[in-house]
Amino acid sequence: MQESQNWSEFIITRLIKIAGYSAIVFVGAIFFFLLKEGLYALTEVQFSTFISDRWYPIEGYYGLLPLLEGSLIVTIGATLIAVPIGLGTAVFIAEVAPRWARDVLKPLVEVLGGIPSVVLGFLGILVFAPYLRVLFNLPTGLSAFTGSVLLAAMSLPTIVSIAEDALDTVPRSYRNASLALGATEWQTIWNVTVPAARSGIVTAVMLGIGRTIGETMTVMMVTGNAGVLFKGVKSFFNPVRTMTATIAAEMGEVATGSIHYHVLFFIGILLFMFSLAINITAYAVVNRKRKRSERILS
Amino acid sequence: MVIVDIIALMKIIHLIIIISITILLGACTNDSQAEGTVPSSKEKSTIENKGSDTMVNLALAWAEEYQKIKPDVIISVTGGGSGTGIAALINGTVDIANASRQMKDVEFENAFSNGKNPNEIIVARDAIAIIVNPNNPIESLTLKQISDIYSGKISNWIDIGGEDRPIVRLSRETNSGTHVYFLEEVLRLGDKEVKTLFSQDTLLLPSSEGISSEIRINPNAIGYDGLGYVTPDLKVIAVAKDEEAHYVLPSVETVINNSYPIARDLYMYIDGEPTGVIQEYLAWIFSPEAQLIVKDLGFVPIHNP
Repeated sequence: MQESQNWSEFIITRLIKIAGYSAIVFVGAIFFFLLKEGLYALTEVQFSTFISDRWYPIEGYYGLLPLLEGSLIVTIGATLIAVPIGLGTAVFIAEVAPRWARDVLKPLVEVLGGIPSVVLGFLGILVFAPYLRVLFNLPTGLSAFTGSVLLAAMSLPTIVSIAEDALDTVPRSYRNASLALGATEWQTIWNVTVPAARSGIVTAVMLGIGRTIGETMTVMMVTGNAGVLFKGVKSFFNPVRTMTATIAAEMGEVATGSIHYHVLFFIGILLFMFSLAINITAYAVVNRKRKRSERILS
Repeated sequence: MVIVDIIALMKIIHLIIIISITILLGACTNDSQAEGTVPSSKEKSTIENKGSDTMVNLALAWAEEYQKIKPDVIISVTGGGSGTGIAALINGTVDIANASRQMKDVEFENAFSNGKNPNEIIVARDAIAIIVNPNNPIESLTLKQISDIYSGKISNWIDIGGEDRPIVRLSRETNSGTHVYFLEEVLRLGDKEVKTLFSQDTLLLPSSEGISSEIRINPNAIGYDGLGYVTPDLKVIAVAKDEEAHYVLPSVETVINNSYPIARDLYMYIDGEPTGVIQEYLAWIFSPEAQLIVKDLGFVPIHNP
């Protein structure tokens, strides 16, 4: 019996090891494939074309700037909207709300996260965009702002869930100590609990941003897909074209091996690097060296 | 100890059974990838048909009707845009590519270098309708005016006699044959030398329905699409070739008698000469019953029915 137990343990350990390593292998394989197809673009197209300001691939205009700016604007906008609301909701659920409200709110937020992105996009085109057009007297409701709001709605559940969990794990003793020293509830929350949960909150925000950058269907439906450059705050209410929507819309029509094909993969590489940068930043922030004072006090 | 062994063994056996059932079910795919050229009389043959979104409803209607007559032929129809269909023909993954525009020279070159010999067949005709919101007071435009609107030279409706509103230009995506046809024949007025492009703030919407729904709710918008996609709640603009010509509304009659200036042919491309099942299908498409389906869907039959 001892032998068969060791044998099954051996198999299970091996299987788990394979599962763990396979995650790295898959990501590496995807990255390698992207590089293989995308780096060709650098040889086929002059680099100066990539920094030009027009994206019109069927006539050879491969300017990536409008696409980069489009993705950035929509992501930054979504983050600016989602982070305050998300953090506020998380603080409310974790610290302020009574037990019964908390048990209702948390599942509701999860439900919001379960809505498929196409459904939100559909609601965006038919309901939200016309409303915004009338409200702000815009030429059209299909704009970066509309995209940002919908993306914020999508990343909100992620941010709220993880931030709320992070706030939950702050030890009671922190709050009690702060209140005992005479601080008010809000001072405790803002100056003690939230900074203590900082790493979890940063993770929550980074995951939310990660979801926003990669979102395709919604932005393709509501941002209008017009490749324009950013010209000041006003153009936040103008249509934009994101990298993800470009790949989704055009990948079907390219002949394998053509210049357009390689450039689309190059855009994929850029997207991949964006996500990688965000994850690395999150990792660095979370694993930063804790100050000596924090180590002593925790 | 023996009992624990047996339980562990049973769990492993269950796991193996579940995995093997999953694999067996996964292997049960319908793998009839017959190219449609050499079918046996008992076997079902498949025709893969892909391409233009403008033509996808027409292709579907044809496929359904044909499969009623010839149940031993399976025709699978997908959209994706003319560019997608042509790319698939070049890659060898479809038998018939639907296109609402002609293949470009560079696409022909790609095809030849891939060993494909594209054969162009005109199967129907279509008109491009210029559509605006029903509340828009404009009734008619010349081709030059439409070209100036879409290239960015005219940006306010007031410059062509409408209200003081900014013009929101709607277009199909670049993979659409409708888009390419519009670029060549309207924006560039048919001149191959001109390099005018769409204005950069043109909204490129992924589907005809996207264009229609935006026009329905936005009084600033102007768009274009195939006649078959124009619903009665949209307003169609009468177009004139130039300022001296008559302004003509698009319809089956005005396309057949060539008075509507923005009319085009709809194509099916195949590799080489049609043989076997594909040849029979294409022959049927030229029959009166198939061309009647063309008319029912809002397109224009190739000859007067």
